[in-house]
Amino acid sequence: MQFGIFTVGDVTVDPTTGRPPSEHERIKAMVAIAQKAEEVGLDVFATGEHHNPPFVPSSPTTMLGYIAARTERLLLSTSTTLITTNDPVKIAEDYAMLQHLSGGRVDLMMGRGNTGPVYPWFGQDIRNGIPLAIENYDLLHRLWREDVVDWKGRFRTPLQSFTSTPRPLDGVPPFVWHGSIRSPEIAEQAAYYGDGFFANHIFWPKEHTQRMVALYRQRFAHYGHGSADQAIVGLGGQVFMRKNSQDAVREFRPYFDNAPVYGHGPSLEEFTRETPLTVGSPQQVIDRTLGFREYVGDYQRQLFLMDHAGLPLKTVLEQLDLLGEEVVPVLRKEFDSLRPAHVPEAPTHASLLAAAGGAKDSTVHAVDDVTGKAPEEDR
Amino acid sequence: MTRRTLTVVSAGLSQPSSTRLLADQLAGATRDELVRRGAEVEIQTLDLREYAHDVVNHVLTGFPPAALRTALDAVAGADGLIAVTPIFNASYSGLFKSFFDVVEKEALAGRPVLIGATGGTARHSLALEHAVRPMFAYLRAVVVPTAVFAAPEDWAGDGDDSALRARVRRAGIELAEQVDRRPAATGPADPFALTTSFEDLLAGRDPA
Repeated sequence: MQFGIFTVGDVTVDPTTGRPPSEHERIKAMVAIAQKAEEVGLDVFATGEHHNPPFVPSSPTTMLGYIAARTERLLLSTSTTLITTNDPVKIAEDYAMLQHLSGGRVDLMMGRGNTGPVYPWFGQDIRNGIPLAIENYDLLHRLWREDVVDWKGRFRTPLQSFTSTPRPLDGVPPFVWHGSIRSPEIAEQAAYYGDGFFANHIFWPKEHTQRMVALYRQRFAHYGHGSADQAIVGLGGQVFMRKNSQDAVREFRPYFDNAPVYGHGPSLEEFTRETPLTVGSPQQVIDRTLGFREYVGDYQRQLFLMDHAGLPLKTVLEQLDLLGEEVVPVLRKEFDSLRPAHVPEAPTHASLLAAAGGAKDSTVHAVDDVTGKAPEEDR
Repeated sequence: MTRRTLTVVSAGLSQPSSTRLLADQLAGATRDELVRRGAEVEIQTLDLREYAHDVVNHVLTGFPPAALRTALDAVAGADGLIAVTPIFNASYSGLFKSFFDVVEKEALAGRPVLIGATGGTARHSLALEHAVRPMFAYLRAVVVPTAVFAAPEDWAGDGDDSALRARVRRAGIELAEQVDRRPAATGPADPFALTTSFEDLLAGRDPA
């Protein structure tokens, strides 16, 4: 099982000091958090993608490329990549490049984005959210698997004899997850391709996650990718820990009360009861997290949101120490012992490579270096 | 015997509340008529004051706490709805509006609804027609013709013979009639149900 963290990349005032970090501080903090994740033994770092304040990660592959150069083992991912407003051609190129630079330590999570005004900034319309996600991903899927693509769709200009470069590392496209909170069409999409399904999980009652994962599993089996319990499921989680649970509650409460999304609404106690948020001791986090599998089944990836709501970097790094030292080793052992042998791990570059029968150089040498002409033009 | 459910929403704030009193009278009149028509009637009454925090939390977080979930299901699953609000600033109260703001889209489409209101003066009575009725029209509910407003002088009327009682009876009969002519309610559509095939999605075909 994979464990990691996912970040929204919000620039939020620390409610205990009244001070917002600068964008520069926040960007550097995200990098420090990613490096710390590797240091404490976590498997995955995933960054959000946003194109409006108060968020900084507008350019995920720039950040992930930089982190790739400063880490050895960490799997780099997204939470999420906007499949609606990004050109799928650019996603294919950017993430294939990142895959090469990082030595295959890349996967992606597709998401739609729920902020209406962002869409027209990129020439799109939020009312087409689902159709955009479907069409764009289908093109992306082909661009990584077919050397030369002829394509025509509703939302971007047609492609003729287009080759997305670089070709995926070793001829193996990055694994893709699809994230959605309550759109059954996206669970269906993930199932259709045999991709992973990630349930954000953290801001809603568990029933949402349970319904969506059940639908995904059922459709995964329907499309013949394996049995329902072999589908690839990821979940979000949100925790704040101190050795003593009362200290955790006391320290986290001002951040909770003023947080984006749920701040100034339900009490910390109500929200921890209604959603997977856990504020307490490492043992409480272990118990709660182990409980997730009771309503989604054995799953492959657990990401925690650790760095939002204005929490200072120092505190986040302390949280990661607790997560890496006290929580994840226990969870890893427990989840592994509970999971039946026929339930797979989340695909990685190594496992996909093995499944494909080994690496192949997928370079497309199609163009004359001097004339710039493709061979077929000379015929 | 047909079984019918009535959900009564009262946005009265004081306890006891004249809004709740009117809601109970409307529910009673509707039940009497449904029983006369041979139905078995179950009434569930929601005092919105008990859900005030939950409604705000839902507005802010996007999901209802468990108790509010149950209340919303009672609204969505009822054969008939009776909705009564005090009139504040010439319109429904904020709590009444916020509650119906978090009722699921489509939950009231085609559903028989009886509206009522209370106020400090009879000069507020048309708020039912210019504010409450249009809101339910937007939700595509079937609002019965008689809307019942109770001003202070109405409560001073002469028991069963009062003009208010006569309007309550008429409104109850109208709602019962609408409930009676419909099949039993099945609640709102499941938001997690898949309603299209992936082939249609890929082809850009709209299932609707």
